[in-house]
Amino acid sequence: MTPKDAAIGPPMSVMFELTHRCPLQCPYCSNPLELERASAELETHTLVRVLDECASFGVLQVHFSGGEPLSRSDLPEIVAHAHGRGLYTNIDTSGVMLDDTALAALQQAGIDHLQISFQDVDEAGCNRVANFPNAFQLKLAAARRVSAAGLPLTLNFVVYHDNIARVPQMIELGLELGAQRIEIANVQYYGWGLINRSRLLPTREELQHATATVEAARVRLKGRLRIDYVVPDYYAQRPKACMGGWAQRLINISPSGKALPCHAAETLPGFTFWNVRDHSLEDIWYHSEAFLRFRGTAWMPEPCRSCERREIDWGGCRCQAFALTGDAARTDPACVLAPDHAVMQAAVAEMDGTQPFVYRGFHNVEKVLKLKNLPTV
Amino acid sequence: MTPSAVTEAAVPRLGVGVRLHHDAVRDTWGLLAPERLFKLDAQATEIMKLVDGQRSVAGIVDSLVVRYHAPRDVIARDVCAMLQGLADKNVVHA
Ligand code: SF4
Ligand code: SF4
Repeated sequence: MTPKDAAIGPPMSVMFELTHRCPLQCPYCSNPLELERASAELETHTLVRVLDECASFGVLQVHFSGGEPLSRSDLPEIVAHAHGRGLYTNIDTSGVMLDDTALAALQQAGIDHLQISFQDVDEAGCNRVANFPNAFQLKLAAARRVSAAGLPLTLNFVVYHDNIARVPQMIELGLELGAQRIEIANVQYYGWGLINRSRLLPTREELQHATATVEAARVRLKGRLRIDYVVPDYYAQRPKACMGGWAQRLINISPSGKALPCHAAETLPGFTFWNVRDHSLEDIWYHSEAFLRFRGTAWMPEPCRSCERREIDWGGCRCQAFALTGDAARTDPACVLAPDHAVMQAAVAEMDGTQPFVYRGFHNVEKVLKLKNLPTV
Repeated sequence: MTPSAVTEAAVPRLGVGVRLHHDAVRDTWGLLAPERLFKLDAQATEIMKLVDGQRSVAGIVDSLVVRYHAPRDVIARDVCAMLQGLADKNVVHA
């Protein structure tokens, strides 16, 4: 691929995972097992410089996530800078730190959109999964605050075995809290989510029921509440076009500044991810080997190479291929045509909703790395 | 409260969190919204520049008729169809 290949323009969005610090401990967290420490995080002035690069490169939307982005006290300053450069600013937050003062500061900084995640609509379930007392009430209060401030609000409901039957109540809560949009997002099994997969996976029947509920609600609420729905891959016939294709639309920046084609890519062995401290976004997008390796279709094995869907789903997710087959360059096992598709059924057969959660957090890093047989840090 | 079809009497406005944006790098116009981008073609751009929460659809049509010297009913149909499409997606309220 030549630099500035006409086929690929600049990315539309950049996701800044500002920090891996988070007061909650969701067992489905998609952060990597090797959480980055506060001391490694990018400084404000570097983030400001990268935001300038976003604007001049042609990025339109920036997302601030984490961990909990509000763990960084310079968040309003960062948002204000992005806003000043004309970037559309989104925050993905757990909501538990979004008090009046924090919201006022973000509103003044020019935040465009806030997304608050909910572990459950059941209060006890929410607090148990977040492993944080009172998380649910804090989230409710935060969501009300955002609505009252007249800011656009998305509620992001993460669904899994324990709460998937409560999709109707999730939709109701979205309406009640004045959200413009809700996400009903099945857990994606990366990072901590993969460690807890057998505990969290819904059954096929549970999933089908949820899907039917969402489809009916979409018709009923058209023009009023937008519902985005994300399924798990484990009962799928075809994979998702992960990130709209590897290195096609987005750059993800880790807390320490590593530029990744997606947030899970850090798990892939044999890659060197360039850091925004050392390289410009444009340089990374057009020249870094990590972005070029799986961009487009040239890397594809059969059956993808000659498949008519190769530019629709791009062969699925590279990180899932690696996590489930040990080789990132194989067809995503979520595809029924993939030679490794049987691993999906094997995972479903291991389902066991009675196991304890392995909570996400710095305190459990050593334990899960051992569990995965990876070198500890 | 289902959204009614966009009529000439309606006064369209942008949805919460939706912003008309000129993309200087690609020299195109678009709508930026939560987790979404809509590219606008030249005609849609001219319509969206007139959506200000004050002007009615009839007012938008009138100013386009003057500018493009096209038959009013043709322009009215295009404007209503475009705004209806965006209203269904929650991007415009009318
Ligand atoms: S998924 Fe849970 S633990 Fe992970 S960053 Fe979000 S709120 Fe924190
Ligand atoms: S074979 Fe490859 S390209 Fe075809 S549907 Fe399956 S994953 Fe997609």
